[in-house]
Amino acid sequence: MIELQYLTKRYGNQVAVRDLSLTVDEGELLVLLGGSGSGKTTTLKMINRLIEPSAGSVLVDGRDVAELAPHDLRRRIGYAFQQVGLFPHMTVAENIGITPALLGWTEDKLRRRVDELLALVELDPDETRDRRPDQLSGGQQQRVGVARALAARPRLMLLDEPFGALDPLTRHRLQESFVRIRRELGLTAVFVTHDMVEALVLGDRIAVLQAGRLVQVGTPRTLMREPANDYVRQLLDTPRREAQLVESLLAREGL
Amino acid sequence: MSEQLALLPGYLTAHLQLTLLALLSSAAVSLPLGVAVTRVRWLEQPALGVAGVIQTIPSLALLAVMVPLLAALGLQSIGFLPAFIGLTLYGVLPMLRNTVTGIAGVDPAIREAARAVGMTPAQQLRRVELPLAMPVIVAGIRTATVWTVGIATLSTPVGATSLGNYIFSGLQTRNSTAVLVGCVAAAALAMLLDGLVRALETGVRTRRRRRVAVVVAAMAALYLYTGLTLAAPLLSRSGRPVTIGAKTFTEQYILAHLLGQWVERETGRPTTQRQSLGSMVAFNALAAGDIDVYVDYSGTLWANEMGRQTVGMDRATVLAEVRTFLADAHGIRVAATLGFENAYAVAMRARDADAMRLTRLSDLTPLAPGLSMGGDYEFFSRPEWVAIRDTYGLAFGEQRTMDPALMYQAVAQGAVDLISAFTTDGRISAFDLRVLEDDRAAIPPYDALILVSARLARDWPDVLVALARLDGAIDVDTMRRMNLDVDERGADPITVAADFLSGLSRARPAGETR
Ligand SMILES: Nc1ncnc2c1ncn2[C@@H]1O[C@H](COP(=O)(O)OP(=O)(O)OP(=O)(O)O)[C@@H](O)[C@H]1O
Ligand SMILES: [Mg+2]
Repeated sequence: MIELQYLTKRYGNQVAVRDLSLTVDEGELLVLLGGSGSGKTTTLKMINRLIEPSAGSVLVDGRDVAELAPHDLRRRIGYAFQQVGLFPHMTVAENIGITPALLGWTEDKLRRRVDELLALVELDPDETRDRRPDQLSGGQQQRVGVARALAARPRLMLLDEPFGALDPLTRHRLQESFVRIRRELGLTAVFVTHDMVEALVLGDRIAVLQAGRLVQVGTPRTLMREPANDYVRQLLDTPRREAQLVESLLAREGL
Repeated sequence: MSEQLALLPGYLTAHLQLTLLALLSSAAVSLPLGVAVTRVRWLEQPALGVAGVIQTIPSLALLAVMVPLLAALGLQSIGFLPAFIGLTLYGVLPMLRNTVTGIAGVDPAIREAARAVGMTPAQQLRRVELPLAMPVIVAGIRTATVWTVGIATLSTPVGATSLGNYIFSGLQTRNSTAVLVGCVAAAALAMLLDGLVRALETGVRTRRRRRVAVVVAAMAALYLYTGLTLAAPLLSRSGRPVTIGAKTFTEQYILAHLLGQWVERETGRPTTQRQSLGSMVAFNALAAGDIDVYVDYSGTLWANEMGRQTVGMDRATVLAEVRTFLADAHGIRVAATLGFENAYAVAMRARDADAMRLTRLSDLTPLAPGLSMGGDYEFFSRPEWVAIRDTYGLAFGEQRTMDPALMYQAVAQGAVDLISAFTTDGRISAFDLRVLEDDRAAIPPYDALILVSARLARDWPDVLVALARLDGAIDVDTMRRMNLDVDERGADPITVAADFLSGLSRARPAGETR
């Protein structure tokens, strides 16, 4: 479904992404994992041409995206931003419905879709539909951002830390509903996260980036069993270390 | 007051026409240009630079420079066009700058989101960038609106009627009511238009359909009114009115009204006034047919238009040569000589003249270095002054340029010793001044002439005949009295002109004037 071939992005002398090659299969969810500044967002944005690569190419459904009209390409790919990026002058409903509107959906179909998506991301349609983004909390805005990415029923989604600003319980529920609709619709997705648990729960495969390079890609199991280097080992070990930390804290308190 | 208010509909309509059309074309230039500048970055510096330079030109100068510029291009150089173009240029900067700033100020993350959801560049502009930049752009439009309404009052000297006619003629004829009416009307118009733009913007932003509809309807009505009033003269069967020009001094205002009322009464043709024109502007406008009639003076034409400096010419010779020159060079006809001269003269307090035993300009030569001389805006750059200076070898200790309305007071109060004066000015006797005799005839004679354009002479012979009947109708004492009535007694030029004409018709039997 998606093929990244020798992708490189340079900013002057600095290299944000270097020689990256990856394949994402139809219906698969690939997690991009890596430290801050490791090139995850840059990679994601090169897929829908928000950033043009310095070298290499991206194929979607076997076609080089450089040869497609950017707006057509992007209408077919749902994108959720790390910084949300809702349009401040539009209502929540207009924000969610923007891509379907650009695609020429009817008012009626659009309205039903918006309400359906609001319910999906656990926002009360009647209460939020007509609000402006600045009348929502950060986490609510982030959910609207995810709903906007889903709106036009894309087969391919790019999600940049979409649940980063949510409380753990809401995050957990949204992860579950995301897994469900992904299965139902057979969505292909590239999902950026810092959260190891999220990566393990959602990812069919995980790609680890380090300073713009792809260090290892494989199923969570492979990465746990045969980490390519120390960095990957430590990264994959985080949940367990955290659990142990909690255990030992509890023990010290004598509980 | 009521005479002044009677002028309001005409002036206000003209002001509205100028302002609304200039704003529309400023917007038509600057909004697309502003958008273009944000797409093509290298355009930004040149575009904003040029607009900024235009803005630094004093507004009056910008309007004035349009006159020779348009004349050089062979376009209408007097009246609506120069004022319209000047105002348009003036409005460009605030709108352009704010459009650029507004669009550039849109958060790059929002811009990126607009691309990410699949908008084409045009959709990004229309759906995201423009709506988000709108408050800043509207602020620019509002600034331009207020400026344009204000600066439009300066269109009067380039021959476009506006509320400035109140201000210019009011200052000249010391009619503070007129000045006040003009200022208040301009301020009210500025507030109204600004309020409409603001209401439109808040209506759009807060999505109040009703309010937007009301404001749009109000604006449409204003533009419709402008369009209709502009088109009306083109459509009406009575045709173009006879356009009468006036320069920027009291006598000219009186005479222009006098000629206008006379033509209307005698021929039944409508007339309109183009007042407060600069001396050159008035002549060029007549030559170009932008105005049909105005009064000028043989000596002025002799010196300014013919470039003659010969000293010692007699009245009849000058008049004959001026007539020939006007007819040959410009097709302009002299309809009548009004019967008085209004010469440039040098005047001083009678008391001082007696004390210094001065009666003639020749006597002045040795004393000049110790004296100060005041002149109106034109005086020291006019050939007449050069002729006086050179003929008598005058070198004053100080030369000061001042407003003609204030010169008399200045000399009477001793702020200057001598002033340039006009022989028909009633204030010479009112302020107890003495005119020094031009004993070596340095200044040519200044017969007041009714000049008519070639077009008037061809198209409206009846008007020419009517004007010809004013030959010799005004002697110098009458003109002085009328000037004094306006300058010192607070009379309105319109009333003074009407009074004169009613006296004239009493003197002539009705059968003779028809
Ligand atoms: N426009 C730019 N100009 C210069 N450098 C950039 C630009 N955008 C990104 N970079 C650099 O490229 C590198 C990769 O950035 P990127 O945003 O892809 O990181 P990331 O993995 O998404 O990090 P985070 O987890 O903090 O979001 C960083 O070092 C960043 O500073
Ligand atoms: Mg990132």
